[in-house]
Amino acid sequence: MQTHHLKRRQFINRLLFVLVCFFAALTSVPLLAILGEVLFRGYSQFSWDFITESTPTAFKAMQAIAAGETIPGGIANGIVGTLLMLAMATVVAVPVGVLCGVYLAENRKSKFANFVSYLTDLLQGTPSVIIGIITYIWVVVPMKTYSAIAGSVALFIMMLPLIIRSTEETVKILPASLKEAGLALGGTYSKVVLKIQLPTAFGGIFTGILLAVSRVIGETAPLMFTALGCSMLRWDVDKPIAAVPLLIWEFFNDPNLQQLIWGASLFLLIFVLMLNITAKKIAKKWKS
Amino acid sequence: MEIIEPIIEFKNVCVSYAKNTMAVKYVNAAVARNSITAIMGPSGCGKSTLLRAANLMHMLYPNITVGGEILLNGKNILDMEPIEVRRRVGMVFQRPTPFPTMSIYDNVLAGFSLNGIRLSKSQKEQIVETSLRNVSLWDEVKDVLNKKGTFLSGGQQQRLCIARALALKPDVLLMDEPTSALDPIATKHIEELLVQLKDEVTILIVTHNMGQAKRISERSMFMYLGELIEYDDSAKMFTDPRDERTKAYLTGKMG
Amino acid sequence: MNDKIFKIVLFTAALVIPFICGGIIYSLTIDASDAISHFGFFEFLSSSEWDYTPGKEQYGALPFITGTLLTTLLALLFCIPFSLPVSLFVGEYFKGTRMAEILSTVTDLLAGIPSIIYGLWGFYMLRPIIMALNISPQGSGILTAALVLAIMIVPYAASLSAEFIKMVPSDLKEGAYSLGATRAEVIRHIVFPVAGSGVFSSYILAIGRALGETMTVTMLIGNTNQMPDSLTATGNTMASIIANQFGEADGLKLSALIAIGLLLFCITAIINMIGKVLIKRARIV
Repeated sequence: MQTHHLKRRQFINRLLFVLVCFFAALTSVPLLAILGEVLFRGYSQFSWDFITESTPTAFKAMQAIAAGETIPGGIANGIVGTLLMLAMATVVAVPVGVLCGVYLAENRKSKFANFVSYLTDLLQGTPSVIIGIITYIWVVVPMKTYSAIAGSVALFIMMLPLIIRSTEETVKILPASLKEAGLALGGTYSKVVLKIQLPTAFGGIFTGILLAVSRVIGETAPLMFTALGCSMLRWDVDKPIAAVPLLIWEFFNDPNLQQLIWGASLFLLIFVLMLNITAKKIAKKWKS
Repeated sequence: MEIIEPIIEFKNVCVSYAKNTMAVKYVNAAVARNSITAIMGPSGCGKSTLLRAANLMHMLYPNITVGGEILLNGKNILDMEPIEVRRRVGMVFQRPTPFPTMSIYDNVLAGFSLNGIRLSKSQKEQIVETSLRNVSLWDEVKDVLNKKGTFLSGGQQQRLCIARALALKPDVLLMDEPTSALDPIATKHIEELLVQLKDEVTILIVTHNMGQAKRISERSMFMYLGELIEYDDSAKMFTDPRDERTKAYLTGKMG
Repeated sequence: MNDKIFKIVLFTAALVIPFICGGIIYSLTIDASDAISHFGFFEFLSSSEWDYTPGKEQYGALPFITGTLLTTLLALLFCIPFSLPVSLFVGEYFKGTRMAEILSTVTDLLAGIPSIIYGLWGFYMLRPIIMALNISPQGSGILTAALVLAIMIVPYAASLSAEFIKMVPSDLKEGAYSLGATRAEVIRHIVFPVAGSGVFSSYILAIGRALGETMTVTMLIGNTNQMPDSLTATGNTMASIIANQFGEADGLKLSALIAIGLLLFCITAIINMIGKVLIKRARIV
């Protein structure tokens, strides 16, 4: 009985190990499949024109398809729209988020800070489609038009909790002696925070900002109700504007434009993953 | 000093954590049956490392390698399955480790449940009672057997861990500084317990407390920088050590 | 800068968050009140009619609540066989090694992929497979959406669980090994019981993510507004009906969609709150 029992236990032990390795390895299959599919299909659509020209109208695309040519145009309008809205959102979200993060890290024991901290979690967990609705109510309805401003407000609301969290966490782990040394030298509170704490925490905060940008750059649902989309390349902030994820959604729904879908996805994917990897690299460097 | 029919024999045992650095160097020693043998030495001398090798604990860490032979009743355990060896060679650690998710009752029986051995209810009750009586914990906990073991005092927790190891009826009990985290009263309690237990089990105990080794052990080893410097009857070693380094350690000139 | 002014600036920045959160609840409630008062709160939740013929408009949220619950629970079910091994791989078997680092990078990258790209992949790669296997004729539906959703939440569930598994003290594990247990037995009797509440809470947070996921589901669920009658049927979730119909909605329908949004907001808020509270507790133990 003993040896039989022993053999069985060792078998189960090995089986579990093999299963864990197998299923864990299997998790990388979807990643490779997605990267492979987007790269493989998107590669052939990628060209200089693709990132410098605007989206063709459905009519132009139909003509090209009928003539057996590849459809003209690209996603320049989307790239401009995405960058414009990201820039506007970031310019506001970074100072507000960093200051709020500092407040939370500095007032850990206050009830109000705990409350804000809890609400930050709440906002971070809010589905993006709801951010879309709320920005529609707050910005689109009063302005009576979809606009780049509305889109960037939605992105701002989504970036804010991410920046707050990363700032809070980074400032929290700074040694207390740092602040004390600054104050001991006669620095004012604001000087110590702005000139000593924030520069020291810069790596962590910057990582957080990059991750926040990479998280919202691919967001589609909130932009559908705010930026709407536009087939022209424009810089106006008070008019509907395109964005790369919105274009993908448009191509997905319009059979004539389907040729452009993978190129646009490839562009978005590269952008997001580059930001991600850069952020992680900086984080690693900063930690060591 | 001659040991007839030793239960454990270390033969040229070497342990290394990394290439070219040995934590234990060519240790040769035999451990007598039903006795208490103490291993002493300053911290970092390899005493715990040697002890853990006798339970094959090093196998959990792929970077540790063990050379030589460790014989248990004449068979080299380094060639045996760790789960078999560990059932016959129990171990008690420096910090008491009652399993926090199990009751006192289940903690005593953990060796069985972990090994997938089914017991009847009466068997279980009998094992729990005898094991706890063995470590004189029964009277203190018999009414709270369903409470978590983590609520007990440090000394009680350590006795629970000893009971847990004894429940499997091992041949040898390895103890790695079992009282270093306890107060003097709990320590005294455990020392008395060990002396009682040696009829049932052979005890090999690592300690940095010279007084403890002197009080409870028949034989003592002194290790220094990974080497076994001296191994003799405790009575002899504590009164008349042969080696200068042993003398320096025992007189407090080396810590 | 004057310290007093600086402190006021910090405080004002912190006020932005309560302002936004309060505003969300306020605005959603105001704009949803039309639909809720028109149909009645419980009527709205329990009705399965979604009819926008002018004159006999009737909006009920039940099909979408059902669709959300079905996709989320299925996704959770499909996610566990992958996330659990990943967390054991990273937190126990290969803890602190290069292998664990590689797998963590893989899951991090999976978490970084935008949901619209998951949707595309599901639509162009997974859907044909589902059709070829004769699981459902149209390929899209609750099952398809849940499969892709499962992949999307694996990183969230796995990385947080791994953290808790890593924290199981090696003292305890050694104690169990010293009694002759195999690694599998240590995992079952020590690691899981000790890390259990933490692992559980990471799955709650993963559910929170799955509930609100929008684009992927919208692209894969088939977008029909009646009650789903099987797991392979098409349907809509709360998030996908909003994504689908919000753009062209007005009047009562707009209000009904916002009411669904409010409901979704409350559900995710509650789930996330439970998850966070459990995590805090698990961290203390």
